[in-house]
Amino acid sequence: MCLALPVRVVEVVDDDQARVDVGGVQKVVNISLVDDLEEGDYVILHVGFAINRLDQAEAERTLELFREMAGTEAHT
Amino acid sequence: MKYINEFRDGKLARELAAAIAAEVRHDRMYRLMEFCGGHTHAISRYGLRDLVPDNIQFIHGPGCPVCVLPIGRIDSAIELARDHGVILCSYGDTLRVPASERMSLLRAKADGADIRMVYSSTDALEVARANPQREVVFFAIGFETTTPPTAVALQMAQAAGLHNFSVFCNHVLTPAAMEAILTAPETDDGGGVPLDGFIGPSHVSTVIGSRPYEPVAEKFYKPIVISGFEPLDVLQSVLMLLRRINRGEAGVENQFTRAVTREGNRKAQAVVAKAMEMRDAFEWRGLGQVAHSALRIRDEFGAFDAERKFDLPYRSVPDHKACECAAILRGVKAPQDCKVFGTACTPDNPLGSCMVSAEGACAAHYTYGRLEVERDRGQAVAAGA
Ligand code: SF4
Repeated sequence: MCLALPVRVVEVVDDDQARVDVGGVQKVVNISLVDDLEEGDYVILHVGFAINRLDQAEAERTLELFREMAGTEAHT
Repeated sequence: MKYINEFRDGKLARELAAAIAAEVRHDRMYRLMEFCGGHTHAISRYGLRDLVPDNIQFIHGPGCPVCVLPIGRIDSAIELARDHGVILCSYGDTLRVPASERMSLLRAKADGADIRMVYSSTDALEVARANPQREVVFFAIGFETTTPPTAVALQMAQAAGLHNFSVFCNHVLTPAAMEAILTAPETDDGGGVPLDGFIGPSHVSTVIGSRPYEPVAEKFYKPIVISGFEPLDVLQSVLMLLRRINRGEAGVENQFTRAVTREGNRKAQAVVAKAMEMRDAFEWRGLGQVAHSALRIRDEFGAFDAERKFDLPYRSVPDHKACECAAILRGVKAPQDCKVFGTACTPDNPLGSCMVSAEGACAAHYTYGRLEVERDRGQAVAAGA
């Protein structure tokens, strides 16, 4: 029920709608809750709505932090 | 999928687990409540319990929207469809939640009530547009993640003058539930449970931000780490919690920085605030009446409020006698403590609400729990999705 997924914006249709890629399947979702989306952005999709943007730089930082916390060399 | 698979890496999981093992003190217990069903699901599915030392205890919280819905509210939804003759649109998970007298929305549907499963609030609007001669009610449930889509539907209905559409609003609030858990006396006979920290909500926090948990962390002096739902997220959050607990620190920390900020999604918050306001109190399964813990529809949208449109007196109904959901939702008991777990109560034939959705504690244990023992440490995560 609380399931939400990170999906990629393929095309912004208008202020309220965008086509996104959900694991290879394209789908039109409501984007009225998130401003200024562009193609290539990632959003968190929940019950047909983008509920927030996914910050790609932060995602990379978190992965980097895992590697540090796990005490291994960062593989780049 | 990108931003999912990287967060399920088995090798990193074992390394994070080793870092956790190094941080753990052996002279104490770490009782961590994962508030959300999404975390409960991840912990069971990836066998995370087997990856961490035994003195870390995962205690399931009430963060499963289907689980906390009390019987009385499902009864009202059934009443809407059966006695008021509306088309009731509902999220799929809600259909199988047991109501009074072994009823459920699914059984009411089999008996002829017009109940339709929708994926989104906007699908319910479509049903209303396609059936102008019928009343259509959207059975809205969920935490702060699911509330903005309902609020958008209310505004779209108002803008379009879609007067055969209304919402039966059951949206509940996370920080209020956390407080209710922490306020309950720490005993194991119907009261609360001693806790050292929270693995905090993930998707809820994308909307409300991390700030609303600050007063809770301060008031009860507990650490709360907002955590993503993937296994590496959960492990990292456990490590962050352990460090705080070992240092004797409370406060709110954010692990899920890729989607959560302190402020959250302000636009979504504004949309909700325009359409909904705080209820004085709301009944939760397991927690009983909790003050200021849910939302109702504002007067300005009163024409689209099913509770005003239809006569729906609320009746509180006790759970099935054998069902321990109430204690499980407070963290006091575990699924295996229930006598009918896996026998009279299974996901195909749930007796209580915790067995219905994949995020329910009982359903997660039923589906993955028995595997945990057989799995080698770490293999569960390595296997990934
Ligand atoms: S096993 Fe079923 S009856 Fe028992 S607590 Fe869980 S949901 Fe309730």
